Amino acid sequence: MARLGISRRKLLQTTTVAAASIISAPYLRHSYAAGKLTLGVWDHWVPGANDTLTKLCNEWGDKNKVEVTIDYITSQGDKDVLTASAEAQARAGHDIMSHRAWQVQVHHSVLEPVDDVMKALIAKAGPISPVAEYLAQADGKWYGIPTTVGSQVKPCCSRLDLYKQHCGIDLTKFFPNRPERDQKLVDSWNWDLYLKTAEQLFKAGVPVGLPMGQTSDAIDSTGAMFRAFGSVMIDGEDNIKVDSNETRAALEYFKKLMAFNPPEVYAWDDAGNNRWLISGRGAGIMNPPSAWSVAKRDNLKVAEQCWTHDMPRGPAGRFVGQLPFFYGIWSFAQNKPAAKDLLLFLSEKEQARQLVAASVGYDLPSFKSYYDFDTWEKVEPPLGTVYNYPPRGDEQPSITGYPARPDVAAQIYNQSIHTIMVAKVCQGNEPIDKVVKWAEGELEGLLRT
Amino acid sequence: MVEVAQSYPGQLAQPASRPQASLRRFMRRRSTIAFLMCLPLIAIVACLIVYPAFYSIYLAMLSKAQTKFVGLGNFAYLLKRDTFWMVVEQSAIFALSAVFFKALIGLITAHLVNNLPAKGQRKWRGMLLVPWVIPLALSSLGWWWLFDPTHSAFNWIIRGLGGSEIPWLSDPYWARFSVILVNVWYGAPFFLIMYLAALKSVPEQLYEAAAIDGANAWQRFVHITLPMMRNIIAITVLFSLIVTFANFDIVQIMTAGGPRNMTHVFATYAFLLGIRSGDLPLGAAVSLFMFPILAVSAVFILRGVRKRGRDMA
Repeated sequence: MARLGISRRKLLQTTTVAAASIISAPYLRHSYAAGKLTLGVWDHWVPGANDTLTKLCNEWGDKNKVEVTIDYITSQGDKDVLTASAEAQARAGHDIMSHRAWQVQVHHSVLEPVDDVMKALIAKAGPISPVAEYLAQADGKWYGIPTTVGSQVKPCCSRLDLYKQHCGIDLTKFFPNRPERDQKLVDSWNWDLYLKTAEQLFKAGVPVGLPMGQTSDAIDSTGAMFRAFGSVMIDGEDNIKVDSNETRAALEYFKKLMAFNPPEVYAWDDAGNNRWLISGRGAGIMNPPSAWSVAKRDNLKVAEQCWTHDMPRGPAGRFVGQLPFFYGIWSFAQNKPAAKDLLLFLSEKEQARQLVAASVGYDLPSFKSYYDFDTWEKVEPPLGTVYNYPPRGDEQPSITGYPARPDVAAQIYNQSIHTIMVAKVCQGNEPIDKVVKWAEGELEGLLRT
Repeated sequence: MVEVAQSYPGQLAQPASRPQASLRRFMRRRSTIAFLMCLPLIAIVACLIVYPAFYSIYLAMLSKAQTKFVGLGNFAYLLKRDTFWMVVEQSAIFALSAVFFKALIGLITAHLVNNLPAKGQRKWRGMLLVPWVIPLALSSLGWWWLFDPTHSAFNWIIRGLGGSEIPWLSDPYWARFSVILVNVWYGAPFFLIMYLAALKSVPEQLYEAAAIDGANAWQRFVHITLPMMRNIIAITVLFSLIVTFANFDIVQIMTAGGPRNMTHVFATYAFLLGIRSGDLPLGAAVSLFMFPILAVSAVFILRGVRKRGRDMA
């Protein structure tokens, strides 16, 4: 028998080097020959965006010899939420499931902790949005990995021509499509100025449209406005704080503002404000660039005048509603190491860049270091229309229900406490004291364990 | 039926085959065959209705995190909530008014169709059944477009006629009216077809005798048609009450419970608490509140049906 051409010393050396490199490696990538991985992923509304995600998953699958299967699940009728709930109850289904906003908190007891992936990601990409951190952590552990796909903020999307014509304001000067800003102008963009312009636009027959129903667009923007006034429903220690001067100030403000909105805003769903802007009847909404994107297809003249920019500033700061999406790995998943590896791959900057480009700038990663993608600069018309979509100045991302503990905040959010309060005051003409009392009663109930 | 065991010449009785023969006899019994043929259905009912029903009772007795048994705690909690009582009130308004109008429209339409010449009757029956055969989610979506808060087709017509717009879905009271209207539109054909079948089974001689006695149309309706239809009316109303109380699609698609929670019914509120807010036990408790209400009404209505059945016998 032929002897192997390797000495004992050489073998020892090689083994030691290999062992040392494995132990000291900052992140472990594995090979999963002939493994399988299934994903249930939110079905993107932008044509072609799913294809890019599929392409990236297949690239990773080919490289790692893993057969990746993706099911795109629509959020229409909450089908994605229902599917995740069914899988969680049945303890069977996909390996990876995408979860909108609060769903990581809802399912964290059946999700695999992903601290290792998040540590590796944060080490590479830097600080993450506090909203993503708040939503994806439970008991100090990460249970969700923020996705690029679907994650969004809801700043102002306004008509340049109508603001110029009826309010004498050039929004491109306030929020230009370049890093330099005139701080004086930015500071002057506050809720008082917003109210003044809302009145002017209403009188001109092209009012702004703030949804005040019970769906996420309404809840996100209204929650951000309450926060800008410093209003808190429940604090982090389970104290009910809704009965405050800040809440009353916010409600007083809404009383004035909602008078300059079309009366049908109380019935709008998430598409209501989009249609309002696209139809050309409205001067502004608070939304991700989906409204602009559809206008580009259906009413180019409106799209050419749309400008996405920061929210107004309130007494407690400038807040924008953020709605991150997450990937979660079920605790009953069949191939957890491969799932973690794929999610790390998808969250890296290069892959995030491709996903943002595929969504024409709609998807917003949770890492601030990713906000330099050129998609937001290049998208048109008009050039730079969504440059200010990622929060760039003093705008802070916010989620309605914060700072209550997440399982309570999820209920504040989903039961639309904020928008119902506004509707009771502004549509139902109920006294503010009575509405605050009502909210206190509801919040008290949400604290049950 | 008497079963006769056949024997053939040369066939020897074999003790070992006795159990086989009795098994064969057992399998040949009508009741056994009936049971076996029903077995797939029984299995489906057990898996999809009985098991989920008991599971939801179990779920309703768990804590929010589903880690602790809380007995009737979730029900007690709900009884203290103003919003829950508002949902109870709305569900009752929704179900009772929708069933009343469905029954009324069904009865009137059934009479009209019954009096049509036999030749054209089939076409009318087919056309009037259309709302009932369209999948409810689709037709609700169609209605939502008609009531669209900003671009309502109805409002477009009203504006064209010089009227002012109606806030179909943005005003809570109009929104309640709209969801009830859609439910009536969807459910009336069911009443129509049931009442039509009942009308056709009323013996013609009774009407002839009444006509000879000088009874007018109203008297014939009150003294012949209605008494002959009482059982079918009771059963139809019961069935519809159950289905309407449990309605989900129409409210979820058209208003999702808004504005200001003022159109929520049990099912949509259970969905909001259980699925969207992640409190499955509380959601299960809300949906189970329908059970005693429907059980009590079922007992009363079926008791009436049985009593009338005995009287007629």
